[in-house]
Amino acid sequence: MSTESNFKRFVEVGRVVLLKSGPEAGHIAVISEIIDHNRAIIDGPTTGVARQPIAFRHLTLTPFKLNKLPRAAGTGAVKKQIEAEAIVEKWNKSAWAQKRAAIAKRRSLTDFERFTVMLAKKARTDSVRKAVHAAKKA
Amino acid sequence: MARSKEIVPGVGRLSRSKVFSRRGLFKGPKKSEKPAAAEVAATKEVPVKGDKNGGKRIVPTSKASRFYPAEDVRVPKKSRKSPKPAKLRSSITPGTVLILLAGRFRGKRVVFLKQLESGLLLVTGPFKVNGVPLRRVNQAYVIATSTKVDLGEFKVDEKINDAYFVKPSAKGPRSAEAEFFSEGKPKKEAFPESKSADQKAVDSAVLAAIKKTEYLSKYLKASWGLSKGQFPHQLNF
Repeated sequence: MSTESNFKRFVEVGRVVLLKSGPEAGHIAVISEIIDHNRAIIDGPTTGVARQPIAFRHLTLTPFKLNKLPRAAGTGAVKKQIEAEAIVEKWNKSAWAQKRAAIAKRRSLTDFERFTVMLAKKARTDSVRKAVHAAKKA
Repeated sequence: MARSKEIVPGVGRLSRSKVFSRRGLFKGPKKSEKPAAAEVAATKEVPVKGDKNGGKRIVPTSKASRFYPAEDVRVPKKSRKSPKPAKLRSSITPGTVLILLAGRFRGKRVVFLKQLESGLLLVTGPFKVNGVPLRRVNQAYVIATSTKVDLGEFKVDEKINDAYFVKPSAKGPRSAEAEFFSEGKPKKEAFPESKSADQKAVDSAVLAAIKKTEYLSKYLKASWGLSKGQFPHQLNF
């Protein structure tokens, strides 16, 4: 008798991964074949990641997965599946990707833009405070 | 220090504070001026005895030394090199907002106007916005931001150059005693009106440009600083 695992994300063919280091850090790709328990072949034809063997320590597993990807699929087949399951769009909509994008955006702001953000935050806090105050009175 | 003779190599006879008091540098440089030496004629006439000696003779006032060094003393070569003014950073163009990092106005954001002959940068607050007057700053002590104020065709008056900023030299030293017995400290001179007019003339153009961008005036008014976890090399300016 085997009970279901508590783990949700597995290293498996079709798993969408986020690259943590290397020149393509920050991009996502798909595991197309597992080499051994250190490395896998990943491929990301629509995300700018070339087909390559990569160590798991340079990857993070995401909750997404291509369901119908056969083992050791070539770049063409991977591309077809990625587009069919719209996995890049799903990733971009996820809270994780959006938070990453927000952090990157915040980092790229110039001094003046940081200042205007500060003003906007102050304005928001002020209006929230006033609204809360009014609601309390009512 | 010469007075602190070494007991053993690296250990002086006197303590640091003792050396300090003996050197007497805290008294400051000597301020009294030497009285101008009266000019002495190079030659003088002396009467000479004897019939055949012409009665008088011109001799030098001070006799030349009878000795001269037998060996030539080497004279160090005079350098004919002089430092060139600093090259303007490519990120600094007229209208660039700069962050001052040193001096009395450190942390202020100012508008760059032009580079002066000496290589220093001419900046203005503008004065009305953040209190920084027309001022020269060294570009080494400045962060250039990517924010630019569009100054258009505006050119700073040619009279605002390095000489414009030179302070008139103080007239003689004033001792503390004289200050005490006269009517207090010497009155601070009023800021020359011509200079405040220059300030206004320059700032009017800059202020007009600043008004075009929302929050820019507020931005210039605010001081710059780093908060926890911020590092200047990781920030975009």
